[in-house]
Amino acid sequence: MSIMEHIEPRTAVAESNRIETLNLHAWFGSFEVLKGISMAIPSNGVTAVIGPSGCGKSTFIRCLNRMHEVVPNARATGQVFLDGSDLYDPSVNPAQLRRRVGMVFQKPNPFPTMSIRENVLAGLRLNGARSHAGESEAVVERSLRQAALWDEVKDIQERPGTSLSGGQQQRLCIARCLAMEPEVVLMDEPTSALDPIATSRIEELLHELKRRYTIVLVTHNMQQAARVADRTAFFYIGELIEYGITKEVFTTPAKKQTEDYITGRFG
Amino acid sequence: MLNRPGAEALFRALCLVALTIPLAMLLVLLFHTFSEAYPRISWEFIIGYPSRKPALAGLLPALAGSFYLMILTGLMALPIGLAAALYLEEYAAPSALTRIIEVNINNLAGVPSIIYGLLGLELFVRAMSLERSLVAGAATLALLVLPMVIITSREALRSVPFSYREAALALGAEKWRTLLRVVLPMSLPGILTGLILAMARAIGETAPLITIGALTYIAFLPDSLQSPFTALPLQIFNWVSRPQAEFQVNAAAGIVVLVVLLMALNGLAIWLRARLQRRVYW
Repeated sequence: MSIMEHIEPRTAVAESNRIETLNLHAWFGSFEVLKGISMAIPSNGVTAVIGPSGCGKSTFIRCLNRMHEVVPNARATGQVFLDGSDLYDPSVNPAQLRRRVGMVFQKPNPFPTMSIRENVLAGLRLNGARSHAGESEAVVERSLRQAALWDEVKDIQERPGTSLSGGQQQRLCIARCLAMEPEVVLMDEPTSALDPIATSRIEELLHELKRRYTIVLVTHNMQQAARVADRTAFFYIGELIEYGITKEVFTTPAKKQTEDYITGRFG
Repeated sequence: MLNRPGAEALFRALCLVALTIPLAMLLVLLFHTFSEAYPRISWEFIIGYPSRKPALAGLLPALAGSFYLMILTGLMALPIGLAAALYLEEYAAPSALTRIIEVNINNLAGVPSIIYGLLGLELFVRAMSLERSLVAGAATLALLVLPMVIITSREALRSVPFSYREAALALGAEKWRTLLRVVLPMSLPGILTGLILAMARAIGETAPLITIGALTYIAFLPDSLQSPFTALPLQIFNWVSRPQAEFQVNAAAGIVVLVVLLMALNGLAIWLRARLQRRVYW
């Protein structure tokens, strides 16, 4: 079975695929959350994953950086290729992989014992990297600028990360992730804990970041997917129902379930 | 429903009486001790050396011994207890063996301290031939408080939310670095509070030190790990067992010093917890 079969022909993904999953299954204990997902995600741009609660969308992206398996009793089978090599190959060190595939979580989680600056550098420190002062300074400024937070915090870098507002904290977490210079950024409902203004700032930021990074965004907010995503995948009870160019998925869905979901008949 | 008038008030009063009995006894005890000790409490008493003349006898060797014991006990119990807690909490797979170990650590916390004294006597004083030294006493007390340190450290580690471990792992951190750089700093207030309370318990212990043969009359300060030593509770025990009434006054004064010291340690634990927790911004 080819992975491309699961992508609607009309999407005509021209760019090279950065991530490809092949028959990906995932379990919590004996409960199967993902039932064989085969999906290709091209380089750059935002790929949104939408679907009702419990459809497996978060689990799906957590399989892309092998974070699914850190939960007790959770396991996954199948293959996930990043630039052609299988992440689930026994020779892969999940910690090293996670430096290439960053993740932003639902609830902002800057480290409470660290300052803003230390939070940005946390990834490097947690990997045992030693850098001299000038280097770290450059990393902090670059990452905070990319996360559109620099102007707000440049003079208060020594304050605790948790002293910021919720939206700023989430952008700090994005900066912390970008400081590792990942290739892929996974975002698990990054705005669901934020107010509308903070949400729109993050959405603006996504428009900037997608030029440079391959972003996979899980969202329960269909308007958000419509606003920021180039491609949208609709998941339902552990299966990939439909996947294509966002505009097409939302205006002319091929499947009845997709149509029911986006028109608000369930979910 | 049957409403009994007065039942509420009666039950409440019974509970209050039950609370008053131990409080009143404690107050009587403290008042009695303080009033007996009052004439003897002085700077000379605190910095003096033991003497056959009650009015000249002082507390310094015992105070110094207790201080060194406390520090050494903490230095020994913290690394071992914390590492054991990290293993049990973060690494050990849930299995029958792990559960047996957990149950036994909880049981060990309740073993009478004289048993630890016998163990210390056999293991440290005799088998390792450390004699009746400061280091043998501290090692014995460290064994005694180890279960307590392990249990409080585990609770502190458990209180760190999963989301922060997840954040560190998602940045590509190995587990040991996640533990050292994220989990430990966040659980430090709880770990240190547990340690201080454990050290407070250690300096109040008498039985294990008597069992390992610590001396009760020492007229000099310990100057090395191998020095013989005495400690506050031993000195108090020694004075209480003297026939002369004046020594009873010394004992009361010693008790006051010990009680003040224990209260100070508990206060320090509370203060430290509040202060460190302010550095952990949730």
